[in-house]
Formats: sequence, C-alpha cells, structure tokens
Amino acid sequence: MSITLLLLAVIGAIAAWWLSQQRLMSKPWLEVGAIDDVRGTGASPVPAATVGLGVFLAVVVTLFALLISAYFMRMQTADWAQMPAPKLLWFNTGLLILSSVALQYAQVAARRGRMEDVAGGLVAGGLLALAFMAGQLLAWQQLNAEGYFLATNPANAFFYLLTGLHGLHLLGGLVALALTADKVWRGLEPGQVRLSVRLCAIYWHFLLALWIVLFTLLTPWVGDFATICRQLLT
Amino acid sequence: MVDTTIGAAGVIQPAEVKDVELYHPKSWVTKYVFCQDAKVIAIQYAITALGIGLVALVLSWLIRLQLAFPSSFSAIGPTDYLQFITMHGMIMVIYLLTALFLGGFGNYLIPLMVGARDMVFPYVNMLSYWVYLLAVLVLVASFFMPGGPTGAGWTLYPPQAILSGTPGQDWGIILMLASLILFIIGFTMGGLNYVVTVLQARTRGMTMMRLPLTVWGIFMATVLALLAFPALFVGCVMMLFDRILGTSFFMPAIVEMGQHLKYGGGSPLLFQHLFWFFGHPEVYIVALPAFGIVSDLISTHARKNIFGYRMMVWAIIVIGALSFLVWAHHMYVSGMNPYFGFYFATTTLVIAIPTAIKVYNWVLTLWRGDIHLTVPMLFALSFIVTFVNGGLTGLFLGNPVVDVPLSDTMFVVAHFHMVMGMAPIFVIFGAIYHWYPKVTGRMMNEALGQFHFWVSFLGAYAIYFPMHYLGLLGVPRRYFEMGDMAFIPQSATTLNIFITMAALTVGFAQMVFLFNLIWSLFWGKPAGSNPWRATTLEWQTPETPPGHGNWGKELPVVYRWAYDYSVPGAKEDFVPQNQPPTPRAA
Repeated sequence: MSITLLLLAVIGAIAAWWLSQQRLMSKPWLEVGAIDDVRGTGASPVPAATVGLGVFLAVVVTLFALLISAYFMRMQTADWAQMPAPKLLWFNTGLLILSSVALQYAQVAARRGRMEDVAGGLVAGGLLALAFMAGQLLAWQQLNAEGYFLATNPANAFFYLLTGLHGLHLLGGLVALALTADKVWRGLEPGQVRLSVRLCAIYWHFLLALWIVLFTLLTPWVGDFATICRQLLT
Repeated sequence: MVDTTIGAAGVIQPAEVKDVELYHPKSWVTKYVFCQDAKVIAIQYAITALGIGLVALVLSWLIRLQLAFPSSFSAIGPTDYLQFITMHGMIMVIYLLTALFLGGFGNYLIPLMVGARDMVFPYVNMLSYWVYLLAVLVLVASFFMPGGPTGAGWTLYPPQAILSGTPGQDWGIILMLASLILFIIGFTMGGLNYVVTVLQARTRGMTMMRLPLTVWGIFMATVLALLAFPALFVGCVMMLFDRILGTSFFMPAIVEMGQHLKYGGGSPLLFQHLFWFFGHPEVYIVALPAFGIVSDLISTHARKNIFGYRMMVWAIIVIGALSFLVWAHHMYVSGMNPYFGFYFATTTLVIAIPTAIKVYNWVLTLWRGDIHLTVPMLFALSFIVTFVNGGLTGLFLGNPVVDVPLSDTMFVVAHFHMVMGMAPIFVIFGAIYHWYPKVTGRMMNEALGQFHFWVSFLGAYAIYFPMHYLGLLGVPRRYFEMGDMAFIPQSATTLNIFITMAALTVGFAQMVFLFNLIWSLFWGKPAGSNPWRATTLEWQTPETPPGHGNWGKELPVVYRWAYDYSVPGAKEDFVPQNQPPTPRAA
C-alpha cells in the first residue's frame, strides 16, 4: 500500500497547492462586493475539458497504483514465479512511442493551423496504437503457446490483468481519437479541433508513460532488483 | 465551453452565454428519457435510487421478522437470510446513499448553487445515469438467477464469497461484482462532472469561499469517491478473475468438501485492504454531503448565519484527507501487528476533532437563532442528535481493545445504522422536504411530513437503542437464529420482537412519505419561487421549477456569501447572494 499512499500524497499535494490559491483564510462574511469589486471566480483559465482530463488521469493513476501495490504484496508469497517477458513487447513499446510521436506532431500541426498534417498525424497515431494492441494480443498468444496461462501463476495473472487494463484504456482513447478525427474530416476550423487534438496527445503520452512503468515492472529483472533492495534494507 | 477572458482581477466569466453552447432537447425522448439536462438526470437518479432502496427496505423487514420470530416463516431459510442481509447492506450503502447524495442531490444542486447553466460535460453526465441504471438492473437480475443473489455479506470477503456453501455462488457473486464494476464506471463519469463543474463553472463572484456548504460537502465527497472507488474496482476485477478464470489473487490453497481446489497462495487479507481502502472513505462519501446539506438547512431554518463557516470548510477538507488513513480499523479482528492497531486507533480518534468542530458549530448556529420547526429543520436537528449518538459508540469501536469483543455483535450493527444509516437518511428526508418546492413548484404536505418525521425519528431510536444492549449481551450479528446459547437470556427474544415491531412501524411511515411525495406533486400548496426565504442561488432562478439553462438570459452575479440571514439593518431577514450591495451614503 506504500506506493498507493505515496501517489495519494502527490495528488494531495496538488490539491493542497490548489486549495492554497482559494483564499481559505478569507472571511467571506465581511466581504460584500460592490459591482466593480466582484473578482473572478478563482476558476483556472484552462478549459474545463482539460481540467476534466486531469481529474480523470488522477483516477487512472490511483487505479494503477492500487494494482501495482497489490502486485508487490502478492509478489512476496512463495508461489510467485516470474515469467519471461516476450521480446515482442520491446517492438510494441516502439509502436506506442511512435504513436505518441505522431499525435504530438498532430498537436503541433493543429497549433500552426495545418489541417492536412493534423489529419495525417491523427490517422498515423491511431493506426500505430491499433498495431500496438494487435502486438499485445500476439504477445498474449505467444505466452499461451509457451504454456504461461493466466491461472498457472499469480505473476502471469497480473501480467494479463495489467496489460489488459492498459489496453482497455487505450481503446477508450481510440474512441476519443476517432471523434476528433471525425471533426477534422468534417472540415472544422483549426480553432475548433485544437483542444481535442491536444487532449488526445496528452492522454497518449500518459498511456505511454504508464506502459513504460508497467513494462518495467513486468520484466523479470525487476523482481530480482526488488529482492536485492530488500536484502540491502534488512 | 464558456470562453473566459483574463482581466486584472483574475478570470472573469462573461455574463451572457452564447445560445449555441447549450444542449437543446429536440423530442420527448431527449427531454425526459435520454436527457442531458442535469436536473432531469438528478430526478432519474433519485427515483432509481429510491426504487431500489425500497427493495432494501422490504429486505430489512424480512430480516427483522426472522430475528423476532425465528423459524416461524417457512419462506425464510438460512440461505435466504444471508442473501437478505447482504443485499440490504449493499443496496443501502452504494445504490441508495451514494447514488442519491451524489447523483441525485449533486446533479440537481451543484449547477444551480454555483450559478451554472448545466454540468460541464452533459453527455457524459447522461451516460453516467444510464450506466448506473444498468448496474442496478444487473443487481436486480441476480435475484432471479439460479441460486439467487450472493449471501457473502456486503463486504464480500474471499475466500468464502466465491466458495460453494455461500449462497449465490453460481451467479449471484458474479453479477454482484459486475454490477459494482458498472456502478464505479458510471459514478466516475458523473464524478468528473461534479468536480469540474465546481472548479470551472462557477458564476462571476462565486469564489470557493462563497460556496454554500452543501456544494463543499458534495464536492469533497466526490473527490473522495473518485480516489476511493478504484480500490473497490481493483478488488472486484481481481475477485471476478478468481471466480471465473481460476486465478489466485485472493484465494489461498483450500480444501472444499474434502477436495483440494486448484487455488493456492492468494491473500484474502489483500482483498480486505483493498475493500476497506474504499470502504472507509465510503463512510465519508455519504457523511460529507449530509454535513453540508445539514449546515444549509440549519442556517436557513434558524434564520441565522452558519457559525464558523471557514472552520466548517476546513473541517470538511481535513475529514476528507484523514478518511484515507484509517481503513484498517475495520480489520482489527483480521489480525495485525499491534503497532498498526495503535496507529489506526489514533488516526481514527483524531477524526473526532474536526467532526466535533462541526457539531459544535451546528449547535452554536442554533444558539439564539429564530428556529422554525419546519419538517426539514426537524430532520436536520434529528441528524445532529443521531450522528452524535452513533459517533460516540464509534469512539468505543475505534479502540482495538474494545472492538475485538464487540466486533460481530449487534453493537456494531447499532453503531453503523445510527451513524451512517439513520443520520444520512434523515438528511436525505430533510433535503427532499426542503428542495421539493424548487423541484416541483409545490410544497409537501406539512401534517403528513410531521407524522413521517416523528414516527421515523422515535422509531429509529426504538430500533437501535435496544440493539446496543443486545450487542453488549453478546448477541452475534449475521446469525439466522440464536438457538440455545446460555449467555443469551429469554429477555433478548422479547427485545427482538419489540425491535421488529418498531421497524415495521417505521417502515409504514416511509409509505406515508412516498404517498406524500406523489400526492403533493398534484395537490400540494403552490410554493412560489422562494418559500423558505433562503439566500442561495437555486432559490433565485427566474422560473420555478428552474427552466432549461437554469437562468434567463444572464447568469447571476454573486456579491456575498451564502449565509446573510438576519443582517442588521437589512430590509428582509435574508439577503440573496446575487443581491447587489446598497451604495452607502457618503
């Protein structure tokens, strides 16, 4: 649970910073404003959709932090047997990085108003993400063929669970991406798609970072590393 | 979204919102069924929650009948009994209280109270309700599956939850877990809306420190829920894997009917940690909106500003933060390092400080107030009393030494029904009587309301006070029948019959409430726009019930906090938040 508590502390720190901007020490009962003194609401100038994505990412971070906590707790039992990570995962990681790069390209293009490049970036990003997911399925198949079934060992179960949930989040992202691509397709102005493209790009970078964390955890040498750390500490 | 301009004084929202930005229903279906208007979604949430709550109410009657007259009902077997208590608990905590406070009151009140036209993501908000409805339907479906619903207890502890011998092992547990997963997905959609609307859609002048406490309570509860529900989600998904796919996340090596199951090595304690990491914040997910609403009810009906507004806000924030640090006090009997027990007992008791601050502030708000004993006020007052009662037994149970013998007795049942059963339900009733005129344009019948209040309030005490005593005697909870236990005297049975009679009476009073709800819709006294003469924005809408888009052409501008009651020198005994200050004579 320490990982979860650490991440909650980070979220708490963000919340505390935000609260510190809200004049919690003010005395609202003394502040009756004349029409000219009505200050802003204290809302941030960031669009609501961006704030919404930020809050959603906090939820996703909590979800995976809890899973990773559970992963480490379960790892300590005697029956844990780490399975080798298929080489294919390295290739898949490359695909996801390229997908993220493509969306970043689309975002920059949207800011500069080059709509053809936006469309190109979105399509490339989407296709690369689909390829990543196909690659993940292929990796599952390889593992199954080698006899690393879901229920054989908790390490395997966590592998399928974590990669599966990550894939589902990517799938949700693809829906948003399709909606954004549809906007571009219908020929909306750059100003009207800029935000959507930006949010897609942020989500993609987030999922890439998440995948790298998961990939690091799921490769066998992490288990060895954790053992070494534990030995050093005791 | 609303365009914002940044001026010298910070972000200023334009007073007028362009028409195209609002969603407009085009047909009957999009206006009343698949509607994106938060007010309609709120009513859909409320009706669904009350509907499924009725099921849980009926289950509680069956539980009580069995306890009072053991083995007189052939229809209630031990299996049924376990299923009833499980479903009663689960429905009440999650599908009624959480959904009604956040989905119901949150949706209705947040946009109106902060001066917004609607939630910021109306489409996602609509989706949230339909996913919630699906979760409820999946839950209901489990009653009709072979084997019936799960009887694992609302905590669903593995390994017993998925082993044979526990009722509903076939389908019940699978549907239960699926329903919870759906509920969490649906809630997250709604929760994003509540949080971001409070953050970004407040009208001009509505700073965080001018928000009514209702909004603060719902806002903080939503933040807690967004961070706590993932724990339940993870627990449910992993248990579903264990049950369907044969993994061993939680399942240890186990022998069932003389046969080794294929499970091994899993940790049931891991599930308990995940469950209670959600479960304790859940208490405050229900309590914080209640705290907020009660503050507003008391202030309005005592015609006096809330005492210590700043302190109330801080207390809500501190309680929210602390609620994540106490989860293992539900696990004292699961076995733990004594130092952990000490730590969790300390954090648990520390929560009493901000909570006590809130209680003092409510009482001090009442002090020398002009108290109107309307039905909402009666319910608000009964909340304070009941919450203090339940809170005091919480101090007992927060200490491992006292908790260990009392755990698994009726004492615990009495404690949590007082503190998170009766107390929040009283607030829900108070809030319904208070805001019904705004929702429908008609007052609820006062005489029926008084009857409903007195029977519910006195009845609740007739039910739960004796239950503490039964618990101290050692009467265990969750038992189908007592049998011949030497330490349980005959009088316990008599007491059980008394409790059941009280429970059935209170149940009858709820039927009166439902009748009142429907009767007043057609024949209630017309309410006018502001029957309670309240200051907050929802009472200042141009139409009652508020029209589509809530406000007319222009959004209200807020000049003051939400509690200007009985201001010296003011013409009326309340000054609405959007009333400009009178220019002072030079």
